[in-house]
Amino acid sequence: MSDFVQQCFNGLVSGSFYALLALGLAVIFGMLGVVNFAHGSFYMLGAFSAYIGLESFGVPFWVALVAVPLLLGILGMVIERLLIHRLVDLDPLYNFLLTFGVALVLQDLMKRTYGVQSQPYPVPGGLAGQVNLGLFRYPAYQVFVLAISVSVCVGVWVLLTRTRVGMIVRGATERRDLTRALGVNVGLWVTPVFGFGTALAAFSGVLAAPMRAVNPLMGADLILVVFAVVVIGGLGSIVGSVLAGFTIGMLQALGNLYVPALSQTLVFIVMAVILLWRPAGLFGREEARA
Amino acid sequence: MLIRAKATTALLAACGLAVGGCGGGGPQSSSERITNGKVVLAVLNDQSGVYADLSGKNSVEAVKLAVADYQKKYGDAAVAKTIEVVSADHQNKPDIANNKAQELYDRQRADVILDVPTSSAALAVATQAAAKKRLFIAVSPATTALTGKACNKYTFHYAYDTWMLANGTGRTVTQQGAREWYIVYPDYAFGQDMEKSFTQAIQSAGGHVIAADPTPFPNDNFSTFLIKATTLKPKPQVLGTMQAGGDLVNLVKQYNQFRLREQGITLSTGLMFITDIHSLGPDAFAGTQFTDAWYWNFDERNRQWADRFTAATGTRPSFAHAANYSAALQYLEAVQRAGTDDADAVVTAMEGYTFDDVFARHAAIRAADHRVTHDVYLAEVKPKADVTRDWDYEKIVQTIPADRAFRPVAESAAAGCTLG
Repeated sequence: MSDFVQQCFNGLVSGSFYALLALGLAVIFGMLGVVNFAHGSFYMLGAFSAYIGLESFGVPFWVALVAVPLLLGILGMVIERLLIHRLVDLDPLYNFLLTFGVALVLQDLMKRTYGVQSQPYPVPGGLAGQVNLGLFRYPAYQVFVLAISVSVCVGVWVLLTRTRVGMIVRGATERRDLTRALGVNVGLWVTPVFGFGTALAAFSGVLAAPMRAVNPLMGADLILVVFAVVVIGGLGSIVGSVLAGFTIGMLQALGNLYVPALSQTLVFIVMAVILLWRPAGLFGREEARA
Repeated sequence: MLIRAKATTALLAACGLAVGGCGGGGPQSSSERITNGKVVLAVLNDQSGVYADLSGKNSVEAVKLAVADYQKKYGDAAVAKTIEVVSADHQNKPDIANNKAQELYDRQRADVILDVPTSSAALAVATQAAAKKRLFIAVSPATTALTGKACNKYTFHYAYDTWMLANGTGRTVTQQGAREWYIVYPDYAFGQDMEKSFTQAIQSAGGHVIAADPTPFPNDNFSTFLIKATTLKPKPQVLGTMQAGGDLVNLVKQYNQFRLREQGITLSTGLMFITDIHSLGPDAFAGTQFTDAWYWNFDERNRQWADRFTAATGTRPSFAHAANYSAALQYLEAVQRAGTDDADAVVTAMEGYTFDDVFARHAAIRAADHRVTHDVYLAEVKPKADVTRDWDYEKIVQTIPADRAFRPVAESAAAGCTLG
């Protein structure tokens, strides 16, 4: 029993990353209608920035956790203004290709500078040990990742449901034209939302640095599953992507244990089944994408 | 082309007249001794993907060092007067490797292709080598199929293979008293090959594999397997990981966070390059044992070569770099002995040859299966406190002598190699 619980816990830790990344993708898709293929690159850049900060400037993990998302959020906004913005009115395929290109450029820039080998990043001092969770002992850092990911997801949910900004974003997500007709300047919020989405990706990147391999390919490896997560949750659905993130994480961990041969395809099988059953995903509404 | 070939023949004839003994001992036939007037060494490897750092472009530099050494050693007496080094990126894909190999042999007139990491890609190149009757010295792929059912007259396997890794690490660690193993391996050809070889080596040394699990590839969360390791009965003494590159780094980071070493489960890695240790820092790996084909800080001879390599590339050599140097050098030496770059003559000059260079100690090129045998080393990662200089990460625990380091000829024959 304790084994099973422990494996579920592993899944939740993986799910923490899926949820944070899917959340960012969902907000961006909702607001801009852009499937941001560069999302994985921002995750990778987040981890790399943490590494560069520590290596070259002695920036500790805790500072990086706040500063890196801010900086990369700004970079995201610049990219939105300079590039993505220009293609928003065209067929979505154009931005799909653009962001895919941006992803390749960012990835190869890092490859050029740092090679493909992973870079070292230590677990922050206070979290190096293990904690007793009653049934079992677990690495403190991974418990921290889970806790902070859940807090951020809840925080974003509160922001979106309880504040005026959130209401505008949700309104624009669901009925862009209607929101505009009500006198809200939707365009004003597009850039900050894109920045916010990339900041979330960067944030998960910093979180990943102490427990995962920091290398230019880390984002590309992960993003495929995250896209599946977003589709399962329902494109643009914020609650859906978070819940799907944690669920897929658990499913993978248990899949690893019981059906190892299937564990990689499991996510995509689930995705296919869900799309057959609910073409808009678990929490998606088809009319939302007018 | 024809005109050029004629011109080269004329040039060669002139050279033969002017320098009486150039390449003396070689067959002085009327046909040209060096095709196209030059010897072309082609390095085909991964220059942008996961193996780019451990071999990649710097292996091209290593091959250039070998060319310089050959030219310095023989000067005017060199059979290969003009040597060209070319390279191509196969992106670890067998289909690309196949096309590039064809292009290198046909268009670039490569006399030999070197390196080719990724077993599936190497097998494709071996097929091309056999078809084009041109040499292929496989330096960094791991599969024993190259000296088994895929072996052929023109293909040689140089630095290491899965049998050598399993024998070095699996057998030695088991003999040291760690009898109970839990193995995790990435679910693709290399991982499956390694799992099989390790299980065999462990069992033949009196050990026992409690469980062996395939893991997704790539994978960033290994906690499922790390927790399983602690719950297995009997409890494993060693976690044997066959992961490579980023996956290996992921696994080791999480192995340390789950404190498996403190619970009496040590870590043994199937295949590790010094670049892997460098990327995590020695402390993360401290105490981990693995088999190394070559270590730059092993002795003065290695250090001197490593310094030359560092001067050319700015980084320390992995065993793949040294092995590419050695393979290129031994190829050129064979051309020198044969007096020609004619593939069949060079193969004959290589078969059965014994030598000793900076990479390959007590080395021999087996005629029966084209396995190049040499001393290999059981290494242990030093704790950070013992590291005295950059890249000084390994302690050589044991030298495994050349005649026991590699798969016996009889087993290669049993695996389907029918050269001998």
